[in-house]
Amino acid sequence: MNKKNKKGNGKAKSQSLKTRIWKSRFYYLMLLPAVAYVLIFNYAPMYGLQIAFKNYKFSLGIMGSKWIGFRNFTDFFTSYSFPQLMENTFVLSFYQILIGFPIPIIVALVLNELKGKFKKITQTVLYAPHFISMVVLVGIMTTMLSPSQGVVNTLLESIGLERIYFMGSSKYFRHLYVWSGVWQNMGWSAIVYLAALAGVDPALHEAADIDGATRMQKILHINLPTIMPTIVIMLILRMGQIASVGYEKVYLMQNNLNVSTAEVISTYVYKRGIVNMNYSFSTAIGLFNNVVNVTMLLISNKISKKISGSGLF
Amino acid sequence: MKKRKKITLFDVVVHIISGILLVMVLYPLIVVVSSSFSDPALVATGKIVLLPKGINIEGYKALLGNRDIVTGYANAIFYTVFGTIINLIVTLPAGYALTKNKVPGRNLFMTLFMITMYFSGGLIPTFLLVNSLGLYNTRLILLIWGAFSTYNCIICRSFFAAMPTELEEAAEIDGCNPLRSFIQIILPLSKALLGVMVLYFGVAHWNSYFSAMIYIKDDAMQPLQVFLRRILILAQTAAMNVEEGGEYAAAMAEREALIRYAVIVVSSAPLLIVYPFLQKYFDKGVLIGSVKG
Repeated sequence: MNKKNKKGNGKAKSQSLKTRIWKSRFYYLMLLPAVAYVLIFNYAPMYGLQIAFKNYKFSLGIMGSKWIGFRNFTDFFTSYSFPQLMENTFVLSFYQILIGFPIPIIVALVLNELKGKFKKITQTVLYAPHFISMVVLVGIMTTMLSPSQGVVNTLLESIGLERIYFMGSSKYFRHLYVWSGVWQNMGWSAIVYLAALAGVDPALHEAADIDGATRMQKILHINLPTIMPTIVIMLILRMGQIASVGYEKVYLMQNNLNVSTAEVISTYVYKRGIVNMNYSFSTAIGLFNNVVNVTMLLISNKISKKISGSGLF
Repeated sequence: MKKRKKITLFDVVVHIISGILLVMVLYPLIVVVSSSFSDPALVATGKIVLLPKGINIEGYKALLGNRDIVTGYANAIFYTVFGTIINLIVTLPAGYALTKNKVPGRNLFMTLFMITMYFSGGLIPTFLLVNSLGLYNTRLILLIWGAFSTYNCIICRSFFAAMPTELEEAAEIDGCNPLRSFIQIILPLSKALLGVMVLYFGVAHWNSYFSAMIYIKDDAMQPLQVFLRRILILAQTAAMNVEEGGEYAAAMAEREALIRYAVIVVSSAPLLIVYPFLQKYFDKGVLIGSVKG
């Protein structure tokens, strides 16, 4: 209550909370659908998270199932697949950040140096893959990399190399995953930085011109520092997802032959949970995953605040 | 604005880099389109390296005769159109209401929304909930799934917050309630935002396959992407495992390849055609607010 009053401006303070709520009734009406959705589809499942600590039986329901403490978690941590799942998830995630994070920044800096029609065309083309669905993306990869029909293997053979079954090899999975992601998103992810680059003070560039700075020097000493806060925020956001490699694309790329590197936590949750109906066990894994993510987010936010003075919250 | 300067080495390097990026992005797309118009026998043996060979439209004809594709396409249009409308009704007014300082509890709502960005019940509890609500295997779940997006709501909020408030204040004095002034005054001035939101939500609906895979059992209700997954990925991977199958497998592969490329083109075309028209809004700061939160 006190908090709400504090937030009000001077005029509103003189009115009672009741009048202010009544006056805002139409705004509450506008918020209603969103709040209802969030409560039902986001918060109600959080209540269901308790089955991570239970032995969930469909017939007994969420409330009626027996508590078993942390057994689902200890089962997971001691399971045969645990070390490999962790390794696959984190290696893939770090690899993705290492490659996928800096490239859009470079793309933005390059696009920012282009002018006129060529810039427009390049942007339009580079953004386009973002709109292609995961299914189609993986479909294109599967077809183009196919050992018998794929154009990539045709080219490999024409220069005297052997045909390779890329999609069916655990060795290539990570590279394919990360670089296809770069192909799809390098343009789109650059938009945020381009918008930030639009805010560069032209006076700085003029001053640099007078001092005889080269364009490369201007990029390094003016453009890059200007977008640094944006880079930091994007990096914190990215770090908060370090343990969550999305299942959508990984699941599409998975097959019996590459599963030894392609199985990540989220796909494992899907298979154990939805497919094998081990509800409690996979809820526990999902919860563990989520906690790791939130922890990473909080840590990177703290580090960023210490180093650069800016953070998300 | 600026004087034309001589072409420097720097310009050359920048244009070469851009050129490489353009080729990298365009090449796979060109091969797909070329293959879709080529002789299936040549496609199946990997002979299409850049331009179409043995031009024909057999693939597209075969598509029209494929019941799955036609059903999936119709379903996808249904889910995309009505799902997007629901998205807009839920997300836009919420974003607008959140710009009003005078609303008690505004920050509470904001926090309520923000938490969902970082923490969720996860796959299984959500699945159980959808089941217990009786929404499993219904069209309704695909329409309302993801109806509210915190991320997009924040974009809306930043957009509305940057608008001048005089108009609504004048309308309010004339006795217009906020809901009406939102619909009749604010929305008509927000075409850029509407364009971007329609695109974001529309693309998300059109491209999603995972929720359909989890929540829909009947083929009659499946959207296009689920059928695409079968044709593009499952069938091919299965074919690889029986590679030794010889001529039969080769014939299958040929027929498969016939529609495979056409289906990629037909399923991606709507988005790739619409998006350049909306592109002008992307860089214009609609996104920048979202970063600052």
